[in-house]
Amino acid sequence: MIPLLFFMPIVQLVVLSYAADFEVKNLNLAIVDYDQSESSRHLIQKFTASGYFTLVGSFRNVKDGTNVIEKEVADLVLICPQHMERNLENMRVAEVQLLFNAVNNQKAGVASSYCQQVISAFNNEHLRQLAMESTTSTPARLTVDVRESFWYNAQLDYKTFMVPGILAILVTMLTAFLSSINIIREKEMGTIEQLNVTPISKMEFILGKIIPFWIIGMVVMSFGLVIAWLMFGIGVTGNILTLFSFVAIYLIAILGIGILISTVTETQQQAMFVTWFFMVIFLLLSGLFTPVDSIPEWARALNLVNPIKYFVEVMRSIMLKGSSLSDLNSHFLVMTVFALGFNLMAMRSYRKTMG
Amino acid sequence: MKEHPAISANNLTRKFGSFIATNAISFEVKKGEIFGFLGANGAGKTTAMRMLCGLLAPTSGSATVAGYDVASYPEKVKQHIGYMSQKFSLYEDLTVKENFLFYGGVYGLRRKEILLRLNDMLKRLDLVHALNTRVGELPLGWKQKLSFSLAMLHQPEIIFLDEPTGGVDPITRRKFWDLIYEAAHQGVTIFVTTHYMDEAEYCDRVSIMVNGVIEALDSPENLRSKYQAETMDAVFQELARGTITL
Repeated sequence: MIPLLFFMPIVQLVVLSYAADFEVKNLNLAIVDYDQSESSRHLIQKFTASGYFTLVGSFRNVKDGTNVIEKEVADLVLICPQHMERNLENMRVAEVQLLFNAVNNQKAGVASSYCQQVISAFNNEHLRQLAMESTTSTPARLTVDVRESFWYNAQLDYKTFMVPGILAILVTMLTAFLSSINIIREKEMGTIEQLNVTPISKMEFILGKIIPFWIIGMVVMSFGLVIAWLMFGIGVTGNILTLFSFVAIYLIAILGIGILISTVTETQQQAMFVTWFFMVIFLLLSGLFTPVDSIPEWARALNLVNPIKYFVEVMRSIMLKGSSLSDLNSHFLVMTVFALGFNLMAMRSYRKTMG
Repeated sequence: MKEHPAISANNLTRKFGSFIATNAISFEVKKGEIFGFLGANGAGKTTAMRMLCGLLAPTSGSATVAGYDVASYPEKVKQHIGYMSQKFSLYEDLTVKENFLFYGGVYGLRRKEILLRLNDMLKRLDLVHALNTRVGELPLGWKQKLSFSLAMLHQPEIIFLDEPTGGVDPITRRKFWDLIYEAAHQGVTIFVTTHYMDEAEYCDRVSIMVNGVIEALDSPENLRSKYQAETMDAVFQELARGTITL
């Protein structure tokens, strides 16, 4: 059992971190070039050189181009209309058309933004050339060059964002499930009766249940951090002690929930279902996959009592942003309240004498 | 300090919904007595015993165990009693030693003391070789002896045994009763439920519960002469006749 406890989360961390990759790469691009000019070829070359697109074919007309989208061979079609070069050279507006397969709206959105980048690079280059060629001193119209710089995750690597979150989830699930079926098991085995007839205090009992799982949680967390660092190059930017202090409190809160579930349910099935119920809600609202700010108001209210949300936030801000204790004061405070609250509830609901 | 009876029940009642499991039972158990608590399945024995151990709150009536009221001070009661449940309840995946260290620790005994007592008990049970064996691997008869020893580990004044010999052979049962006698000689009060009428003969006094009430309470000899029966078995048959069996 013990090797399983450590082995499984590590495998999950590695597999999920690679799999939960929202980055869009290798978009299949189809071309319909009516212009067949130097400019159109240059634009197409810009597209293929960007690294985001794989050329799947050039087609003579739009119908053939859209056909490959329908067949899911291409994700998008670039259409360069006739007279594109002429329009450009006359300094009039040249237009190109892009058609996207938007069944996966997220992917289409990302593809569209890649295209914008490529086209604006093409534009800038063209305008710069014009400015150089121009004999008059008419100021070039390109003056604003927007350069983006992404903080805390410079390469916009999805793994950087996901690994801390996934680790948070794995540690949570492991400890929540272990603790929620624990007392149930004693109920089913009958050992709980032998314990209940001893003068053991409720506090001792709950502590006795929490401490082993707490240690397991801390060890798995440490393993996970080492893996994140070795395999994904994601170290802890902030203070590792701050991170572990939070985890220490967080685990007590999660274990409190597990023990609480364990005291109010009678069978392992019930405990598993109840734990699943809460874990799925907490998980999907946690901001692991979707931004917390874009969920509806009522769900955000629900999130105030979602320990996983706080944990995912803390993991990401300490690991990636290097946030310090003072930045996370409220998180620490809330989690301490959770830890005390859930465990007091667990202590209350655990009865040594049946009423 | 006034000498109190080991156990004293006064109209002790427990209802589950509209079902009255234990209906206003009253009795006293003297210190050092072996008290047999008899009854058919579903007669209310286990319910009564669970109330006396502080595992179940009485609906009405009262009981004191070792001088403490079970409803008001269940935790005080628990310090003075040992309990061996019907269901075998040592941790199967721990060794004998680990089980004893754990439970001894719960009662606040020191490690050295626990090991000393355990060693002594195992010697008497002739089970010294089982010290580091996982409990799950032991035969039922051994487990029951160990359960009994565990219930005795903190040297309680009163020990509750809920069908301690269920499912074991007559020789093992006989040996088990030797342990009970030994404990009684040391002044421990024994409160035992059983289905075996031959075991009832070993008790100082027995009570027979039928449908939640105590129908008879006396020494086995007196009960036999009262009901003009040869054996306790006949007494039991006489009393339990016509009751619902589950």
